[in-house]
Amino acid sequence: MSRPKPFKRLRELPVVGRAMDWGLGPAAASDNTLKAGSRIAGLKVTESVCPYCAVGCGQLVYTRDGELVDIEGNPNSPINQGTLCPKGSASRQLIQQPGRLTKIRYRRPGGTEWEDLDLETAMDMIAERVIAARENHWQEHDERGRRVNRTLGFAHLGGATLDNEENYLIKKLFTAMGALQIENQARI
Amino acid sequence: MPGLGTSFGRGAATNYQQDFQNADCIWIQGSGLMEAHPVGSRWAMKARERGAKLIHVDPHFSRTSAVSDMHVPIRAGSDIAFLGGLIRHIIETKSYFEEYVVNYTNAPHLVREDFQDTEDLEGLFSGFDPEKGTYDRTTWLFEGMEPPGKTSSAEVQSTQAFTDRTQAGETLQQVPNDPTLQHPRCVFQVLRRHYSRYTPEMVSKVCGIPEDQFLKVAETLIANSGRERTTMLAYAVGWTQHTAGVQMIRAGSIVQLLLGNIGRPGGGIMAMRGHASIQGSSDIPTLYDLLPGYLPMPRATEDDQTLADYVEAGGKKSGWWSHFDEYIISLLKAWFGEAATPENDYGFGHLPKLTGNHSHYVTTLRALDGGLDGMFVMGQNPAVGSQHAGLQRRALAQMKWLVVRDLADLETASFWKDSPEIRSGEMKPEDIQTEVFLMPAAGHVEKEGHFTNTQRLLQWRDKALDPPGDARSELHFVYHIGKRIKAHYADSTRERDWPIRHLTWGYREHGVHDEPSAEDVLREINGYDLTTGKLLNGFGEMRNDGTTSCGCWIYSGCFADNVNQPRRRDPGDLNAPGGSVSPEWGWAWPANRRVLYNRASADPSGKPWSERKKLVWWDEEKEQWAGYDVPDFPPGKRPDYKPHPEAEGMEAIPGSAPFMMMPDGRGALFSPSGPLDAPIPTHYEPLESPVPNELYPKLGANPLGITWMRPENPLVAEGDDHYPLVASTFRLTEHHTAGPMSRNLPWLAELQPEMFAEIDPVLARERGIKDGEWMVIETPRAEIEARAKVTNRVQPLRMGERIIHQVCLPWHWGTFKTNPQGVTGDTVNDLIAISGDPNTTIHESKAFRCNVRAGRRAGETTVRLADVDTDQDPNDDQPDFASKTPHSVLGDEEQA
Ligand code: SF4
Repeated sequence: MSRPKPFKRLRELPVVGRAMDWGLGPAAASDNTLKAGSRIAGLKVTESVCPYCAVGCGQLVYTRDGELVDIEGNPNSPINQGTLCPKGSASRQLIQQPGRLTKIRYRRPGGTEWEDLDLETAMDMIAERVIAARENHWQEHDERGRRVNRTLGFAHLGGATLDNEENYLIKKLFTAMGALQIENQARI
Repeated sequence: MPGLGTSFGRGAATNYQQDFQNADCIWIQGSGLMEAHPVGSRWAMKARERGAKLIHVDPHFSRTSAVSDMHVPIRAGSDIAFLGGLIRHIIETKSYFEEYVVNYTNAPHLVREDFQDTEDLEGLFSGFDPEKGTYDRTTWLFEGMEPPGKTSSAEVQSTQAFTDRTQAGETLQQVPNDPTLQHPRCVFQVLRRHYSRYTPEMVSKVCGIPEDQFLKVAETLIANSGRERTTMLAYAVGWTQHTAGVQMIRAGSIVQLLLGNIGRPGGGIMAMRGHASIQGSSDIPTLYDLLPGYLPMPRATEDDQTLADYVEAGGKKSGWWSHFDEYIISLLKAWFGEAATPENDYGFGHLPKLTGNHSHYVTTLRALDGGLDGMFVMGQNPAVGSQHAGLQRRALAQMKWLVVRDLADLETASFWKDSPEIRSGEMKPEDIQTEVFLMPAAGHVEKEGHFTNTQRLLQWRDKALDPPGDARSELHFVYHIGKRIKAHYADSTRERDWPIRHLTWGYREHGVHDEPSAEDVLREINGYDLTTGKLLNGFGEMRNDGTTSCGCWIYSGCFADNVNQPRRRDPGDLNAPGGSVSPEWGWAWPANRRVLYNRASADPSGKPWSERKKLVWWDEEKEQWAGYDVPDFPPGKRPDYKPHPEAEGMEAIPGSAPFMMMPDGRGALFSPSGPLDAPIPTHYEPLESPVPNELYPKLGANPLGITWMRPENPLVAEGDDHYPLVASTFRLTEHHTAGPMSRNLPWLAELQPEMFAEIDPVLARERGIKDGEWMVIETPRAEIEARAKVTNRVQPLRMGERIIHQVCLPWHWGTFKTNPQGVTGDTVNDLIAISGDPNTTIHESKAFRCNVRAGRRAGETTVRLADVDTDQDPNDDQPDFASKTPHSVLGDEEQA
């Protein structure tokens, strides 16, 4: 079995089409049914990959006017052939989860509650802090006089859920700044 | 994954998941394949439908065991005894694939006369320095090999490297050898002697596996290996997360080499990795000791002060690593552009230098002691997911600032507000001085980029929609922070700012949020020919004179012909012979090869071992290698090619030696300078083991295992009867790692709502614990509560006279939820001490000691650490334990 062709064809038909396809004929459909379509029929489809485990299942992402409607398994993928496990099937909820964060949360030293912060301000503040950590903890030489050009003032953690492009920029920027303590889940 | 790297040359899964279907036997150990990689495991099920045998060796009967032909319960952490037993059985019954072993492995090589085995030294190899707790590995070399010149082995702390750096400048062509495998000092005989006491009886005593069951596994593996048949091994963190994790993987590799299963369809070793791009994050590492493409981070030693020294220490005269200089120079050109010139060593001297271990756990302790200003956490949840989570949370409270980027709030960002330590009153928000930025991240469909899955496959994702509100990709975040930092230093004339000023950062921006182009980044990773401005077609085109650039040499070719290769989506005809390879679906490193070392699928003369197991062969007419997969071998190198004794580089590798990343082209049964802790895997007990080491009574755990002897990190002493049980952690399909990606999603929360612990009925009866009711699991670090699942899925193990009970724990829960439909539960990692494998610093969470009782916990989980007397080392009063388990205490500077 290569690709499940009939499955693919079904996917493209509106619901009524399927019923009629199965030999029930137009009599089986009410007016409403005739007007109804599949949730995903006619939507924009984008190819993606499941963000959970390292199996790497292919996904099809259905959107209407930039709004996420559904995520399904990609039947063309030779790895998952349209299937997804419970996590992959729930990945629409990952994007639309009830507690999804859309605003920056800021907690000042000693603070007891989150505060709001503008994105650009946060970016400026963070850049200042990294620069300060670098400057305050700069080591030109170690105690044996060997050249080390580094800072142990700040660290990074994370990467196994990120894109390779993102990890590349993280490693490149932080290494250029002299940071060594860059780590991810590969060790965890 | 140095276990695989030191055995075969590359630290990555050898085959691909769909290739499970081509196996005659699938051997799963140290992995809950069906549970943790559900869709990948469908190919194992397909194999089973075709008659393949499935074997699951695991402490815990799980969904994986349920669909296997055989479930073999094993005491957690005793795997090397089991694997050593297999090796012994295969050798003693002459069941190895002789032609493969003689030609493709280092079995015939002679080791030095002064090499001493664990059989001679009661569990240690020659060269052990009890003061430092490390080995001088000179005596482990092959006869006639020069001891490494500049690089001292004790300083090598590389974690995931392909191979180590200490075979510097050597060629292994001239190693004296005995192809009859009879010489008492040839690797084969050394191996034979080393494992002579790993008898079925011993396996039974150490692992708790009945002899007949062990023999049945051995016979099944043997019956399904050879010319006509292949066995595939799958492992995961069930092996890596031990203080002897690398050695477990090495032992599995030896079995697969002896049976002739590496480089063949339906064979090899699948390292089943946990996160969407965990392979990618090692290849393009966010890891302290590596540069992209497994080039080592330079160290402060004199070897690494100049580019020439670094290349000399890292390159090899023979084999693939003779190209080392091309890779590092092209990387420096990618990073520093025109500023990188031959005159200034391409900026090499500006790279920061290692002086020791700077891994996550070392950094945590540094933070705990107030030595860290701040930390970025992107898509990770150390407050739940890192070992000794209570310590992690306390460490967060000592930082000046913390930037957390994720899709929703999580324990790591809100540790100051809601955590066991806040609830117990040990920490008060008003007293915590950490400034926290919690930033919304973009989800996988809200940005473009690619992941590398467990089979080295790069798969691109297009962007489907915009992220909401202030949510941005990490690419956006790092790029724009980088722009600010570059602007800050733009006019600096200081030496130390050279790398920032000259860092190439010119990615095109698009969209209303000025998103940098991920494809531009991927092009930089692929590399350019700087003389023509064209993208490279592969690492074969790289040069060492500064005229090529490449951000990660093993990924070179992923943008060949200016085509985004990981975006390719043609599965091909899956029914055609060899069709399961699907070479045009995405792109696999290296060079789109789907089965590594596939030259070994043909015999020394280049013919497939059998028609049934055909993959790559020598086409005499065309005078080149051909097959269903891209040959993992120089395309025109004849199988009968014999190198000239003076030959160097790839010229030194004969046409019959399939492991071209190794200096001798052969798979390593014996690893002279790979892992730091043993040339041949040896059974050591876990750090916290309930039993003495049957094989080497004078030793307990891995003598090189890393422990941090601190009051906040107490270990159970060997004789301490209060913690008689062995705990092991496992994963559930419905949750993902530390939970932020699953616990707050209504469907997944509904499917697995609550933390539970699986125990056997005998233990339950003894402790009065009832199925479905509360129970407490306790270690010196913490106590947590869980619903009891009393089940025969966990079996008491009979080991000689002793009965050992095990406790199996899923580890996905934490104390925090973002919405009413989410679920919470106690954190298993609160229980576990910080420890580490000497090669990787990966912790030991798959075997630790604990106790259980009925009921609920008395206070918050880690309250017992609240008043720890930091002046008193809890391990001090256990001199026995300390003397039996020499340990390396790794501080930042101590290893140098
Ligand atoms: S759908 Fe399931 S098996 Fe497939 S990648 Fe996602 S988490 Fe892994």
